[in-house]
Amino acid sequence: MKNIKLLHSPIDYTRNKYLKIISYAFLIILYLPILNLVIFSFNDSKRNIVWRGFTSKYYEKVFDNQILFDAFSNSLTIASLSTIISTILGLSTAICLWKFNFYLKKYYDLALLFPIIIPEICMGVSMLAFFNFINWPSFEIWPLSLSTIIIAHVSFIFPIIAIIIRSRLSILNNEILEAGIDLGASNFQVIKLIVLPFLKPAIIASFLLAFTLSLDDFVVTFFTSGPNSVTLPVKIYSMVRFGITPEINAVSTILILIIIISTYFVIKFLTKNNRALTK
Amino acid sequence: MTKNKICIEIKNLNKSFGDTLAVDDVSLNIHENEFFTILGPSGCGKSTLLRLISGLEIQDKGSIIINGLDCSSIPANNRPVNMVFQSYALFPHLNIKDNIEFGLKLKKIPIKDIRQRVDNILDLIKMRDYIYKYPAELSGGQRQRVALARAIVNNPKIVLLDEPLSALDANLRIEMQQELVNIQRNLEITFMLVTHDQDEALSISSKIAIMENGKIIETNTSTNMYEYPIKKYSAEFLGRINIIDGYVLKKKQIFHSEIFGNIDLKGNENICENMVLAIRPEKIIIEKRKENKLNRIYAKGTITNSTYYGDMSYLTIELDNTKEIYIHVQNIHRNSLNELKIGKKLLASFDINDLILLEK
Amino acid sequence: MANAWGLKNKLFILLLIPGLAWLLCFFIFPIIIVFSMSFGQKVDIIGIDYNWSLHNYFRAFNGVYFFTLFKSIIISSITTFICLIVAIPVALYISFSSTRIKSILLISIMLPLWTNLLIRTYSLIAILRTKGHINSSLEYLWEASNRALNFLNLANYNIFNNNFIPLDLMYNNFAIILGLFYIYVPFMIIPIYLVLERFDRNLLEASYDLGANHFQTFFKVIMPIIIPGIISGIILVFIPCLGSFIIPDLLGGADSQMIGNIIERQFKSANDWPFGSALSFILIYMTIIVISVRYIYSKLYSKFYIRGMYEKY
Repeated sequence: MKNIKLLHSPIDYTRNKYLKIISYAFLIILYLPILNLVIFSFNDSKRNIVWRGFTSKYYEKVFDNQILFDAFSNSLTIASLSTIISTILGLSTAICLWKFNFYLKKYYDLALLFPIIIPEICMGVSMLAFFNFINWPSFEIWPLSLSTIIIAHVSFIFPIIAIIIRSRLSILNNEILEAGIDLGASNFQVIKLIVLPFLKPAIIASFLLAFTLSLDDFVVTFFTSGPNSVTLPVKIYSMVRFGITPEINAVSTILILIIIISTYFVIKFLTKNNRALTK
Repeated sequence: MTKNKICIEIKNLNKSFGDTLAVDDVSLNIHENEFFTILGPSGCGKSTLLRLISGLEIQDKGSIIINGLDCSSIPANNRPVNMVFQSYALFPHLNIKDNIEFGLKLKKIPIKDIRQRVDNILDLIKMRDYIYKYPAELSGGQRQRVALARAIVNNPKIVLLDEPLSALDANLRIEMQQELVNIQRNLEITFMLVTHDQDEALSISSKIAIMENGKIIETNTSTNMYEYPIKKYSAEFLGRINIIDGYVLKKKQIFHSEIFGNIDLKGNENICENMVLAIRPEKIIIEKRKENKLNRIYAKGTITNSTYYGDMSYLTIELDNTKEIYIHVQNIHRNSLNELKIGKKLLASFDINDLILLEK
Repeated sequence: MANAWGLKNKLFILLLIPGLAWLLCFFIFPIIIVFSMSFGQKVDIIGIDYNWSLHNYFRAFNGVYFFTLFKSIIISSITTFICLIVAIPVALYISFSSTRIKSILLISIMLPLWTNLLIRTYSLIAILRTKGHINSSLEYLWEASNRALNFLNLANYNIFNNNFIPLDLMYNNFAIILGLFYIYVPFMIIPIYLVLERFDRNLLEASYDLGANHFQTFFKVIMPIIIPGIISGIILVFIPCLGSFIIPDLLGGADSQMIGNIIERQFKSANDWPFGSALSFILIYMTIIVISVRYIYSKLYSKFYIRGMYEKY
């Protein structure tokens, strides 16, 4: 028997050196490529492998690049519009599924999961086939030219929002609603005065989440975008195909930054606890 | 009672979590075949003490010697102790038989012996009909029995029970207490139980240690702990007690109290200044009239509060000198209650020999 | 349509219709189009003949396409397996950390998920390519050893004498698996973590107390208990891996294509939409199969697992 003095409890896994090494090594590997990308966006060298001093010239280049700017403004427009539509659809669907029981409800629930679970590429090609099948006109005018992408985005984003808001609703204490009715509130007043304030953090989070998902999407956009509707990820894709340049690093860093900031707020609003109203 | 061999020897055990000292310099000896109970309020460190013995926590200082073997370098899985958890911790993915066999299989015991031992234990806990059920399908009391069986089937030197009955409802708890005592007597295994329930501690254990803030206040047999406690804390923790305020006059061997005047302490050997007298409420009786018997103390008072418990009534009595005492009386007759109305005057008395001298 | 609230129908219709209509028009209907198309046949550049034949499916299960399909499944399975092996210790470590460290670690695991898939794949290229960081670091080490050998007059031993040959880390199956792992491993960690977070820690203590060591506790207690999480993780990793096309497109070579690349080609360049539709539907069928396996499993074991698993009784 080894005569080593025991130092910690057997289930104190955080003190287990193997687990610790694996976990931290994993995190480093997870972040190394991204950190590398961000750092080398400031590198003063085309070759992009050896550090040659700090520069922000690639960011200037990115901001001067009209095509990239157009792609970015397309992305923002698509994200804003599809966020608004998705939040409205998601919110109404969530409240409907939460409060009402109806025929085939179980299947409606399942159907809402489908856009989320099928492979993205299937979603993309089905939208492409759909727009082609009904001969969706390819508009030349600016916001309308983005309509196909917006529709495709809403189709996979609004079910996600519905699920998030519904899970939030499922922890709402029903007795509070009954108390509201007992004190003389009408149904619409209950929704307005109790349910919506309770959902406010979740709605803000969903709003940001929808925005991020739309801004971030490549696969579905790739199949539904036309020559007049290039988004930032699609543009990055075509740039990547031509090789590695510091500009890609710079534009990627900008996109990562936007997404990290909005994610921070998503987490902040989703974890905001409204204890008084939950079960 | 014959002294058995020491089973577990705990020396100057210390364990802290951050700034809080959970176990503070605890030393204990637990003898073989004892039903040892650690009694204390929640958060006093009693569960931590149990987990230190099992090896699930490791002490900062001190040593635990099980059967003459220092355990400071023996990990939990090699210690000859087994635990019954408060949540029972039955493996939900294994049926009852597999749960009970879990420890035996790990010890590479021949399959024939395993079957034999599991059979015996199933008879003991009367769970033979349930062996292929899963824990989720059992009731609380049944899970409790399986958890116990899973521990004792390994023939441990000591079985550690961490508030095992706290999740059961009152009637079932009393039934299980009796069963625990029977199993312990039949198998002659040392049991060490942790509880915050005084009645449970008194009714099942052969020895009780009272713990507070990580320290052992007093260790005693269960009857002595109730009738002859040494410390004021343990006397107050274990049931209700009337503390008689006053002070010791050491030279004269007299206790001077405001309520009962001077009380003779002759014959008591360990008298020191810092002591109080106390009397259990049920030792005080209500008298019809004063008969100045030897060694009896009398007091007059008025009932100010009365709580009815069916078999007993708990009375608060304000004595003539405005001090309060508590009395527990048995309701011997159906109309006993009528005589114990609030506001009624009565005469109470107790025997001097029932007085307990306590260290503060 | 009975429910607790009065004035139900107006409110109900108002809430139901927008979502339902959108789902039917812009999801169910497109899927039906692809489904029908998968039984059709391409006649000319834009014309499709819906003749309800299984032609496309036969084609998919023959020759090179079947090989690609098979390879996609193999690559996705290997990736899923590697994710599993890495995810379990990481999830264990996270779930046993203190509250503060736990939230930091969790956000660190989640954050990459929110970063663009394309950007993350691109960031890997910079590391893996011939003149990437791994190869240049190796080259540096190689030359440093050479110099050291020269300095010690051991150059004749010819160990490091040849010029450095960069490792082929890109444009092969290894790169695809690495890329898929890198992108999808958080999806394995999170469900396993969620299960670990909910179960009764006393079960582990009971296992040690009954004589099991770390190894035995892991296989006899932890593994059976986290199986629901593992299954969720497998679904969340396997399905996207199977349908991925950017990662093989950017990291894989000419001969390391996956099913996603073929689908993309049918729709974008080869213009054989019916065949692409059939391949897409094969992916959807596989998704359904994987999910129904999980459903059957949870039905079979719900009695013991789901009910008795997490709550302390």
